[in-house]
Amino acid sequence: MIKFVASIGRTVLAILASVGRISTYVGQTLMHMVRGPFYVKEFLQALLSIGYYSLPVVGLTAFFTGGALALQIYSGGARFSAETVVPSIVAIGMLRELGPVLGGLMVAARVASSVAAEIGTMKVTEQIDALVTLSTHPMKYLTVPRVLAATLSVPILVGVGDVIGIMGGYVVGTTRLGFNPATYLHNTVEFLEFWDVASGLVKGAAFGFIVAVMGCYYGMNSGRGAQGVGQATKSAVVASSVMILAANYLLTEAFFSA
Amino acid sequence: MIILDNVHKAFGPNKILQGVNLTIPKGESMVIIGGSGTGKSVTLKSVLGLVTPDSGTISVDGINVLDADRDAFLARFGMLFQGAALFDSMPVWQNVAFRLLRGSLKRPRDEAREIAIEKLRRVGLKPHVADLYPAELSGGMQKRVGLARAIAADPEIIFFDEPTTGLDPIMSGVINDLIREIVVEMGATAMTITHDMTSVRAIADRVAMLHDGVIQWTGPVKEMETCGDPYVDQFIHGRAEGPIEAVR
Repeated sequence: MIKFVASIGRTVLAILASVGRISTYVGQTLMHMVRGPFYVKEFLQALLSIGYYSLPVVGLTAFFTGGALALQIYSGGARFSAETVVPSIVAIGMLRELGPVLGGLMVAARVASSVAAEIGTMKVTEQIDALVTLSTHPMKYLTVPRVLAATLSVPILVGVGDVIGIMGGYVVGTTRLGFNPATYLHNTVEFLEFWDVASGLVKGAAFGFIVAVMGCYYGMNSGRGAQGVGQATKSAVVASSVMILAANYLLTEAFFSA
Repeated sequence: MIILDNVHKAFGPNKILQGVNLTIPKGESMVIIGGSGTGKSVTLKSVLGLVTPDSGTISVDGINVLDADRDAFLARFGMLFQGAALFDSMPVWQNVAFRLLRGSLKRPRDEAREIAIEKLRRVGLKPHVADLYPAELSGGMQKRVGLARAIAADPEIIFFDEPTTGLDPIMSGVINDLIREIVVEMGATAMTITHDMTSVRAIADRVAMLHDGVIQWTGPVKEMETCGDPYVDQFIHGRAEGPIEAVR
């Protein structure tokens, strides 16, 4: 019995220690963001690889999700003779929840893994030590550009994904469910409010921050060898995905609980 | 002058350095020898501030390395890493000129490239190598590029971490000769860690033997063979029997 309780205690302590280390890392990242030097070239490269190259996967995810959502809402709404709400619910669902969350998760899978693997490999091949001996702070050179790029580009990705997701619903609605195209578009826009759009974009920024910080943190703390880098990559994806879902709940509470 | 005074460092229960005392005079080439896991790399990284000692002091020209302004302090150093540690996301010339493209030593891009090509030439590489990526180079060429990067900003102090590991004997000889030539030519203070005795004889002015976390013996390289220290004697002759326990 004591062994069982001790094992729970060890796990809890390990989790708390991990939370403490990640919080410290986030604090250091924020501190380095406001103090130079700032590496513009690395920031632009990160913007390209995190933002631009994630567009296809986020766009495809949004398109199919929008289409499936239209089918589900039509089928569910038919039980209450409420099929006409499909355009509005697709739009609200994509903008508030599915666009940012699925976009964030896709970016987590693509970006957190590659960032953790890249930085982890740099660590085990002593490239991080080399940066230090070349008078370059690894946080400023590796972490800050990636975190800034993800925080700025993921909301844009989410915005584009929202539009593509709504288009997915539109295509299914007008080709499969018999909606009039003009009416569908009118109903999509008619009931939207400012915070439907803004909340999704704020969530995107928060998710981008989480993904990049987790990728960098686990990369910087990678263990030795291929196994260490593999473990760091897996941990980065798992941690960022869980944190995205938790942050999504908290942000939804903050925006819409009243 | 680099002085290590009673330096201790442990990682958890594993005591790596247990009172290292070592002095490296300016302009001298010191080689630290010792078996794997004896703390040679930790000693070197402690001087650079990559590892913080638990106790003891390390000073460079009278300034404690932990109190020094990091940028100005590190600008005095060049380092060749064991695996070269080249940045594989950038071409060779940008690796060599890394320090000259940013920070306090920043130069115009064209000038930095010219210096990089000159340094590559100095280590025996042709200018076309400048535009290749590290992954396109052999192990020996990567070491040369690492060496070119170490000397790119004309440092006063150069560290070499296992400079010949993984290289064939001929390429090892080439790298040893290059290191010796460059150190003499630049008048730099050099600190090398290795267990390659050919390197030791080619590079060193003085040798220090590190074992059990302390310097067991230090002296001029020409006295190494006849010093009579049982640790040095066993190590340089590669004997299994002696005071150094060989794990089988």
